[in-house]
Amino acid sequence: MTGKTGKKGDTGCAVKDCCGRTKIEKHTPLAVLGAVETKSGDIPVVAAKLAFRDILGSFRMRWGIGRYGYSIEPGIYALGRPDPSAPVFVTANYKMSFDRLRKELHGLDCFILVLDTGGINVWCAAGKGTFGTEELIERIKAVGLKKIVRHSQVILPQLGAPGVAAHIVSKKTGFKIIYGPVRAKDIPLFIRNGFKAGEKMRRVDFPFKDRIVLTPMELVAAYKIILGVLIFLCLVELITAGPVSSKIFTELLPYLGAIAVGAVLAPALLPWLPGRSFAFKGWTAGIIYAVIIGYLFSPGPGTFTAWLFILPAMVSFITLNFTGCSTYTSLSGVLREMRYALPALIFSALAGIIIKFVFNGY
Amino acid sequence: MQYLKNVATLKMDPKLCTGCGMCLKVCPHAVFALRNKKSVIVSKDSCMECGACAKNCAFHALSVRSGVGCAAGIMYAALAGKDPKKEACC
Repeated sequence: MTGKTGKKGDTGCAVKDCCGRTKIEKHTPLAVLGAVETKSGDIPVVAAKLAFRDILGSFRMRWGIGRYGYSIEPGIYALGRPDPSAPVFVTANYKMSFDRLRKELHGLDCFILVLDTGGINVWCAAGKGTFGTEELIERIKAVGLKKIVRHSQVILPQLGAPGVAAHIVSKKTGFKIIYGPVRAKDIPLFIRNGFKAGEKMRRVDFPFKDRIVLTPMELVAAYKIILGVLIFLCLVELITAGPVSSKIFTELLPYLGAIAVGAVLAPALLPWLPGRSFAFKGWTAGIIYAVIIGYLFSPGPGTFTAWLFILPAMVSFITLNFTGCSTYTSLSGVLREMRYALPALIFSALAGIIIKFVFNGY
Repeated sequence: MQYLKNVATLKMDPKLCTGCGMCLKVCPHAVFALRNKKSVIVSKDSCMECGACAKNCAFHALSVRSGVGCAAGIMYAALAGKDPKKEACC
């Protein structure tokens, strides 16, 4: 499908995988229902209602499958039968952002202006600057928005604000930016209230539901740690006791549990774990877990001591990484807690590893 | 929920504030309030340094060392030899 991007060469987005290698991922095609004629050309009409493949796509994203490169072609799209007085909503070309917006606009005749954020969601892209002043100015000009609508307003998601200087866009394009609510589902009420957002619509919290939905991704991302632990356990066996048997997998269980505690349990219980530091919250959960595991498995004192040093360090590290998913941690805060937490948990893990080597079997 | 206390680098110069209210509109954590027709920081420890307020203040009354509060991003940046205060991971 050729969207009305206004720019040549928008066939895919350049994405970096987690090792920093760049590759071009093709945009996901969208089902087009028709076209709206405007003075700027024909604009593709897409559905507001999501299809099963869209819902499946979002589910896949939560598990980190093909997470980079789940993008759509930037440009302008239509919902329903918009005329030149219809509102213009702006979003990122991460397909999940686009889907979550359009499904809330069911029944509305409007335009959706999609910015090229490299397939990254609104808030992250805004933080990076790709959902930004320059891109918005460029895109408004590229699609010829002035010729499409009679009015001079564009509605941005509030969380695009870190990247967009509204007054500069206004000066350069003649379009005034209205910051809409944080959550797309509040848009219908926002419009009924005359494009005014209540206090609650402008707040971001971090409730249980929002935390839990991030945990599959945390779990999947922790696989590298499991590999490291497996190698470590095999080395310990080889060096201290001889050949490696399949009982190594039983030995792995407490460590798998630690990953589950750090990736799922600690995020779930976040507000109820002590302290404000994520690393400390994780460490506390880890210590409690290690004691419980010790009680259940009854290992020898050597192994138990090793667990007391290694497992809380693992949980602490994984919970510390949850800062990146959270909605309220500041850069300054994370830097500060890392300064104390990282040396402490590295020391703890090393101590535990040494103890395990020395006392394996005891 | 609040993060660590007394770390946020958010600063405001009340002399430059015109009371336009943009910072109140774009802040996701109710850091600001309008008092006597000017914006005031009322909850500095709620600030996550996203930079939305400073970015949208046409009068340059606000400043913050904005960045992403992501431990993994900071670690990757440090390992890659980049400035951890600037690079995000994604």
